[in-house]
Amino acid sequence: MSEVKPDIVVDARGSYCPGPLMELIKAIKKAEVGQVIAVYSSDSGSKTDIPLWVEKAGHELIAVNDKGDYTEFLVRKKK
Amino acid sequence: MTKISIIMFSGTADKLMPVGVLASAAAGLGYEVEIFATFWGLLALKKDAPQPDVSKDYGPMAEMFKKIMQEKNMPSFIDLLRQAKEIGNVKIYACAQTFDMMGLKKEDLVDIVDDVIGAMEYLEKSKDADINLFI
Repeated sequence: MSEVKPDIVVDARGSYCPGPLMELIKAIKKAEVGQVIAVYSSDSGSKTDIPLWVEKAGHELIAVNDKGDYTEFLVRKKK
Repeated sequence: MTKISIIMFSGTADKLMPVGVLASAAAGLGYEVEIFATFWGLLALKKDAPQPDVSKDYGPMAEMFKKIMQEKNMPSFIDLLRQAKEIGNVKIYACAQTFDMMGLKKEDLVDIVDDVIGAMEYLEKSKDADINLFI
């Protein structure tokens, strides 16, 4: 699998539901279309909420990587 | 557009937190969010309100929950509501009756409160909401 390099990294580890998603939303608002945002989250709610939000908001979920004690979500801003 | 309406009645941390979490999540989903703060919920929005306690209903769990919230540095419900307002369309209304009864002024309340409205206006506003909660 080819590695996608994020343009922006949001480290939301230690933040609780819905904190990591809120951080992602704020980052996406500021980002430019096409940029890739990586979100690190240790909150288990993120595993369902972030993919759900990304789909609803019309962005692209590139990957969800299990990093042991946290999960990395790679999201591309589409619009 | 999906709309959620919440009557924020309780003033203890265990019930204010879910209001903040649900408002943030709903704002994130692009829902329209309306919160009607009344009774203890409105008093918790006073600028000089103490940190809300956990309800005694939960016995020894209450202390544990409070300790965990402090240790893990959880955001306050006000921070959660402020964050919800930053990312979405969230309106917070103070209940006029409680407001008058307690002799409050708009400047006594934290700056996230949008307006003071009566019960009738709230009902008219919330009747078309897809999700209606009383917390």
